[in-house]
Amino acid sequence: MAAGVATWLPFARAAAVGWLPLAKKTMPRPPVDKKSRSDEILFVNVSGQRFQTWKNTLDRYPDTLLGSSEKEFFYNEDTQEYFFDRDPEMFRHILNFYRTGKLHYPRHECIQAFDEELAFYGIIPEIIGDCCMEEYRDRKKENQERLAEDNEAGEGGDAPLPPNSTSREKLWRAFENPHTSTMALVFYYVTGFFIAVSVIANVVETVPCRPIIGTVKDLPCGMKYSLAFFCMDTACVLIFTFEYLMRLFAAPSRCMFARSVMSVIDVVAIMPYYIGLVMPENEDVSGAFVTLRVFRVFRIFKFSRHSAGLRILGYTLKSCASELGFLLFSLTMAIIIFATVMFYAEKGTKGTTFTSIPASFWYTIVTMTTLGYGDMVPNTIAGKIFGSICSLSGVLVIALPVPVIVSNFSRIYHQNQRADKMRAQQKVRLARIRLAKKGCTNAFLQYKDDGGLQDHDSGSTALCVKNRSAFEHQHNHLLHCLEKTTNHEFTDELTYSEVCMTESLGYRTSRSTSLSSHHGSSTTCCPRRAKRRPIRLANSTVSVSRGSMQELDTLHVQKTTVVPQSRSSLNARTEDLKLNCDDRDFTAAIISIPTPPANTPDESLPTSPAFPGILRNSRSTTFNPDTVKISSL
Amino acid sequence: MKCCLVKWIIASTAPQGPDDISESELEMATVRHQPEGLDQLQTQTKFTRKELQSLYRGFKNECPSGLVDEETFKMIYSQFFPQGDATTYAHFLFNAFDTDRSGSIRFEDFVIGLSVLLRGSVNEKLRWAFNLYDINKDGYITKEEMLAIMTSIYDMMGRYTTPSVKDDAPFEHVEKFFQKMDKNRDGVVTFDEFIETCQKDDNIMSSMQLFENVI
Repeated sequence: MAAGVATWLPFARAAAVGWLPLAKKTMPRPPVDKKSRSDEILFVNVSGQRFQTWKNTLDRYPDTLLGSSEKEFFYNEDTQEYFFDRDPEMFRHILNFYRTGKLHYPRHECIQAFDEELAFYGIIPEIIGDCCMEEYRDRKKENQERLAEDNEAGEGGDAPLPPNSTSREKLWRAFENPHTSTMALVFYYVTGFFIAVSVIANVVETVPCRPIIGTVKDLPCGMKYSLAFFCMDTACVLIFTFEYLMRLFAAPSRCMFARSVMSVIDVVAIMPYYIGLVMPENEDVSGAFVTLRVFRVFRIFKFSRHSAGLRILGYTLKSCASELGFLLFSLTMAIIIFATVMFYAEKGTKGTTFTSIPASFWYTIVTMTTLGYGDMVPNTIAGKIFGSICSLSGVLVIALPVPVIVSNFSRIYHQNQRADKMRAQQKVRLARIRLAKKGCTNAFLQYKDDGGLQDHDSGSTALCVKNRSAFEHQHNHLLHCLEKTTNHEFTDELTYSEVCMTESLGYRTSRSTSLSSHHGSSTTCCPRRAKRRPIRLANSTVSVSRGSMQELDTLHVQKTTVVPQSRSSLNARTEDLKLNCDDRDFTAAIISIPTPPANTPDESLPTSPAFPGILRNSRSTTFNPDTVKISSL
Repeated sequence: MKCCLVKWIIASTAPQGPDDISESELEMATVRHQPEGLDQLQTQTKFTRKELQSLYRGFKNECPSGLVDEETFKMIYSQFFPQGDATTYAHFLFNAFDTDRSGSIRFEDFVIGLSVLLRGSVNEKLRWAFNLYDINKDGYITKEEMLAIMTSIYDMMGRYTTPSVKDDAPFEHVEKFFQKMDKNRDGVVTFDEFIETCQKDDNIMSSMQLFENVI
């Protein structure tokens, strides 16, 4: 109910006296009001800025924070006021809502900050007044779209697949995001090349070449070198067919994929070839066959997978469908009107080209689009007058919907650019986060080195330890507790790699910085995936070199280009990989998951599901005496 | 004819004269009404100074111009009865408050009416009620007037009631009312008949005290 209603309620109740003489039954007793009736001024202190208001004003909305007893939690007895540690600028608007009953949205504020304030004070955004509602909704939608785009960019392209993804999912991912793996990139460029080749071949085969010796007439090149062109066409179609079938196989939802625009284009591009194969060399049918060849030009649309600009154009046209429809409709109307007029105006002329109204359509279209071929020209004065009106109106009708389409295109294009920018910034941000994480761990290790974990009661704590903030002390204490709980200690990458270098690494594991390194214990610092194969002997690790798995992002082939793109960027340690891997041993993608440090080596560790696949690799089971080193700690 | 056309063109394109300006200014200017002084209202009503201040603050907040017109009044009153249609009754109520028939309720009307309803004697309240029922303010309540009032009250109930409101319910109610009130069976109820009957009815007398603590 609006604010006004609360104010008028006493009046409405008083007016109920008018029902009393008519009442059929006795009236009920009124509710007992225990609260004091007198109005008082409340003091509200928001981050130092003091506001004062009547208590009644705040009581108007009893389901908000300020209108209910919830505000008592913020009452400060010493200063006899309600203290809120929030933004005073925003509070001004909130308080105005109580006073006037209308909530306004300040245009210069961030929409999220505003939403948070509203949520804090228990006010639902739906009551924003009509004057500001549109602006609020637009900003909110824009913000949500931007966030959704960010999420998509974060999750979509560059994140690694979850570990238990089938090859089908990996294949689909390779198709959709070619830059995630080299193979996919190669395939992407190859198909692009073949599309270009196919289109150029289609174009060139119609160019007249020099005639074969013995004939006079110029032949189109397609006839002269028909075999060559046929071979090229076959090669292209084979590639396209193969690509289409692979996509169909990999698609998560085959029905939806089959119905999508791109797949239709693919089918249309390769169908003519097969139909041409099937059809006999019949003169009657070859007319239709020639028509089919026209469809080969649709191969050029396959480029839209390769070009974002084309996709944007297509999307713009789709979203401007109504404007285009309007344009078409108004043009059609104008064409019909003017064609009719011109036909009747030119009817009397001898030998006129305006033979019928449909024939005049051509004249009207050519004139309205200001082309003016000149093949049909009016002769009569009336015809000329109407012809000039036609051309003037044509310019107007076409110029009207075009800016709408242009603005739509511009908006979508900028959105797309912003998405690319976001992706680039995301990478930088991830790198920074990684650095910060490393810094944090290093701080803890430094703290340990400085003897921070020792008893603080002894007066010999170093100055650098003492100077750390209380927060740091407590945080480090927490990490120390964790160490004690698991009986493992934190270490850094370098130390870890040094320890591990002494052992040959077979099963690659992923590590988080919370590694287990047992100084002098009889366990390995490289936790194995022991679930399937407890091959480790006591006090030693036997690792198999041939199955040296690397932490790769999907389908990356070169070991040196492993970029830690995964979310837990603390995987994929390039130094290790350089040390230990063989050029030959590339296996399919293993997405490693961070394994928590194991207390004992015999504990089963979470294995990556790719592991069974690796085990099936027969080489991984051989103990090659050349490369296995058995070390005992 | 040509000079008429020319004159018309000139007149329409020329800037507006001073008369036009004042008219439009008047239209744009909001009507604003200031109430009588606090002391005067204190003498006219039975409210305390603080109560009057509080009432005025609420009133001024809702109607910054100081006047409530009938449409606004209907809208406000309808908000309390969302299930039915309160506009007809609000119309009668508006007329009851708008004692000088000016078409809008000023703060004085508002507060004087409230004073009668909340702080007045039983007789004053009954007179107010009689005034409400007497639509044409001629001193007599006819059956038609009563029927109109009753229908509007039943309209406020809306459709969804148990037991559901029958079509002739207002009529029956009016019949009962007249049976009770109309002593000399002349078809109208005068103020004296009304007062007499109400004073004899215990229910009515006891319920008159109900709304005293509203403010």
